[in-house]
Amino acid sequence: MMADRSLSGAVRLLPWAVAACLAAPVGIGIAGVVLPAFGYLPALGGTEFTLAPFRDLASQPGLVGSSALSLATGLVTTLVSVVSVAIFLAAFAGTRPMRVARRSLGPLLAIPHAAAAFGLVFLIAPSGLIARLLALPLGLTSPPDLLIVGDPLGLSLMAGLIAKEVPFLLLVALAALPQADPERRTILARSLGYGQMAAFLLTVWPAIYHQIRLPVLAVVAFASSVVDVALILGPSVPPTLAVRLLQWMGDPDLSTRFLASAGALLQLAVTAVTLLVWLGLERIGCRLRERLAAGGHRYSGDRGLRAVASIPIVLAGLSLVLGLMMLGLWSFAGFWGFPDPLPPSFSLNSWQRALPRAEDPLVVTALVAGFSGVIALVAVVVMLEAHRRAVPRLAGERPVLPSLIAGLLYLPLIVPQIAFVFGLQILVVASGIQPSLGLLVAVHLIFVAPYVALALVGPWYALDPRYEVVATSLGHGIFSALFRVRMPLLLAPILTSFAIGFAVSVGQYLPTVLIGAGRLTTITTEAVALASGGNRRIIGVYALLQTIIPALVFLLASLMPGLVFRGRRGMEAA
Amino acid sequence: MTILKQALLGAAALSLSAIGAFAQSEEGTAWEETLEAAKGQTVYFNAWGGSQNINDYIRWVGDQVEERYDVTLEHVKLDDTANAVAQVVAEKAAGQDEDGGIDLIWINGENFASMKEQDLLADGFATDLPNWSLVDQENPSVTTDFTVPTDGQESPWGGAKFVFFTDPARFGELDSMPDSSAELLEWAKANPGRFSYPAPPDFMGSSFLKQVLAETIEDPSLLEAPEAEVNFEEVSQPLWAYLDELQPALWRSGRDYPENYPAMKQLLADGELGIIFAFNPAEASNAIANNELPETVRSFVFSGGTLGNTHFVTIPYNSGSKEGAKVVANFLMSPEAQIRKERPEIWGDPTILDVEKLSPEQRTEFEEIDRGAATLGPDELGPVLPEPHPSWMTRIEDQWLQRYGS
Repeated sequence: MMADRSLSGAVRLLPWAVAACLAAPVGIGIAGVVLPAFGYLPALGGTEFTLAPFRDLASQPGLVGSSALSLATGLVTTLVSVVSVAIFLAAFAGTRPMRVARRSLGPLLAIPHAAAAFGLVFLIAPSGLIARLLALPLGLTSPPDLLIVGDPLGLSLMAGLIAKEVPFLLLVALAALPQADPERRTILARSLGYGQMAAFLLTVWPAIYHQIRLPVLAVVAFASSVVDVALILGPSVPPTLAVRLLQWMGDPDLSTRFLASAGALLQLAVTAVTLLVWLGLERIGCRLRERLAAGGHRYSGDRGLRAVASIPIVLAGLSLVLGLMMLGLWSFAGFWGFPDPLPPSFSLNSWQRALPRAEDPLVVTALVAGFSGVIALVAVVVMLEAHRRAVPRLAGERPVLPSLIAGLLYLPLIVPQIAFVFGLQILVVASGIQPSLGLLVAVHLIFVAPYVALALVGPWYALDPRYEVVATSLGHGIFSALFRVRMPLLLAPILTSFAIGFAVSVGQYLPTVLIGAGRLTTITTEAVALASGGNRRIIGVYALLQTIIPALVFLLASLMPGLVFRGRRGMEAA
Repeated sequence: MTILKQALLGAAALSLSAIGAFAQSEEGTAWEETLEAAKGQTVYFNAWGGSQNINDYIRWVGDQVEERYDVTLEHVKLDDTANAVAQVVAEKAAGQDEDGGIDLIWINGENFASMKEQDLLADGFATDLPNWSLVDQENPSVTTDFTVPTDGQESPWGGAKFVFFTDPARFGELDSMPDSSAELLEWAKANPGRFSYPAPPDFMGSSFLKQVLAETIEDPSLLEAPEAEVNFEEVSQPLWAYLDELQPALWRSGRDYPENYPAMKQLLADGELGIIFAFNPAEASNAIANNELPETVRSFVFSGGTLGNTHFVTIPYNSGSKEGAKVVANFLMSPEAQIRKERPEIWGDPTILDVEKLSPEQRTEFEEIDRGAATLGPDELGPVLPEPHPSWMTRIEDQWLQRYGS
């Protein structure tokens, strides 16, 4: 009995331990920038605490503009993405377009942000595909001098982010959809005379949004602090705060590190404000819905809106796919001038030169992503299952992660990466740990595990616990029930969350460069280093390589359940 | 294949005999000790990785030093050299004073000045390297890097000269191209939207500002001293007047800037920009060979001179493979490596050697390099304007950001 109690105590502590392990590096990393922000970094002669770095920061030209741009990017990106997903689901939940969208999500999620951003540049820039197609009818011989990419309002930047965030939010929303009980709710609302979209938005969407709130907040935080996409698509005078932060961190004048640290704290504040504003928008949205619902209007004439509801999703998907095709074309192109819509000559040159050099980075990428994905999966399963078992519940009550655990777990998604990895780097170097594959896996875990958890928590807790009750009643132990009943039933979501984790690991740039000390190169660090050379062919090759690996994993993840459960009709759909 | 192998063996024998000649002197013995200690060491070479050509060249160097000196060279590809500086800073902050992560850095100018000032560099080594005797020591930029004395703490690797590129097929005869910053301004106004420069603090963008400054400042000798010693506001006035006039004629009306010089290269290929510039005279030939620029692109310089400097390799104070790093640095200065580097299809980077000091065969090899129509020969590159003291760059960048960067 005693042993049993201490065991259940340990089980109770497990989720906390896992979440704390993931959150601790964030805290340590922030400490690593707080000290220099107040002037303390002995290696650079900073031995006294002072406010000078903040004064220096305040005197930077265009600081307000940069911060405002970061804030606006966070808000607009998220707002447009969320609304796009909401109206798409409202118009198409349970129909064929939704199933098509669901099936094409995997490959779209596999496209790394930087690759998607380059793809978009190759489409919309004055020298891009659209301008090339218009050049002939308009009689252009050189690209128009238009400020499309890098516009001061950051519209291209937002567009690029939206194209990438829409598939992500759609994925989590689709995962949450069944639990929102869409059929019964819409039938009820429709029986009261509401139009299809109004019925969905008023009754089903709030339940979905409640479940996808964390991923949405992660999008807010990410968009307000993203570096790579902002470098490619964002304005240059002034750039977003995160980009300027990177410039300061990389300034040859080493005393700029103090300024950069103060800037990192400002970035934290800007992201926090963006999140707060978003929470305010949530309130307004909620009020609005109540108003509309209480107003009595049925909004039954929504045919026109339904016709256009798919446009944002289709545009996002199209821009990703077409962008990828342009990347592919460039990777095989000989000299390709404006306004030729297609390369006049093709060559294997770029691939032949790149592939032999890409071998080692590809292996490192696959190993790190594979290990961090598997370890994250195990940790998340242990955490979710321990919590489910440790906390007694009423029959039919669905387990929910305590908000403190969730907060710790998702901290690495909410705190801007750029604000704490630099601090983390100093710690790693200080501890004398040499860069190794293991260390890189550990650092990637910080970012991989939250996404794996995000993707798995819904299905894990949604599974009817009575399957295992039956298994236990037939004499199976806890572990047997877990491995022989729960895990097989959840094979599809488990594989999907692994694939998401894998893709997240592949896309990591900053942590890989800083913690890997440049000694461990992945396909992403190679891609970014080579992209600084601006050669579109090389960019095309590496962006495709960067996409192919996670895309293969997504493909396997979607095929495997079908293969494993071949001939079991009830499982094939799962 | 066998011919190539023989050539390599021959070259190896040559360089061995060169080293043999040194063995008699005292330094020679010291160098032999260095060679002995370097055996089996791994040298982490942090160098900008944005050019496939340069990466390939470094790979070749790696193969050579592996085969000849048993030194393993690992190219750590950077997108910005400052990241390497940052890493050494982080290591020093953490007290990792031995066996740091970086053994060799490709560097010059501001980064070097910064590392030197912060005591992040190993003791002077360059002048002790056997191949130092072949270096063109009369070239002042080999021993003073942006006016900062190198004190042997970095060894020269290659030369750089500010060169302009244009596409006469789209923008008219080469003769009609501007011959000074002042004429460039007129050209830009006559061709609105066809000229730009990367936004400082990009290295090339800042270099363009320095070029204009060097041409417009009343007394160029002021640039040799730190800017704090002069009335910066006053003496830099012509530069800002120039830029104010240029601003409305810039690409995108100056509301956006190309990210860096490779981005300008792409804009030239697309016909968006008419005149671009780079620090590598062979940039255009190279880009043409890689299908990045049309074959019609040509280069030009100002007859009054353009900025020139030297790029180096340096060894951080906490490198654990200093001997190996020295062996690599010495090999980079060898005639064989320098000839290969200067070939436009390899890299096209000008040598830092004094060709007169080489053997007749080596001299002929240098002379016979086919630079292609798009690259100016060493005698066509025009006078060299010296780089200002690094403090000017910092100040100009600050000022630029105040005026145009927000």
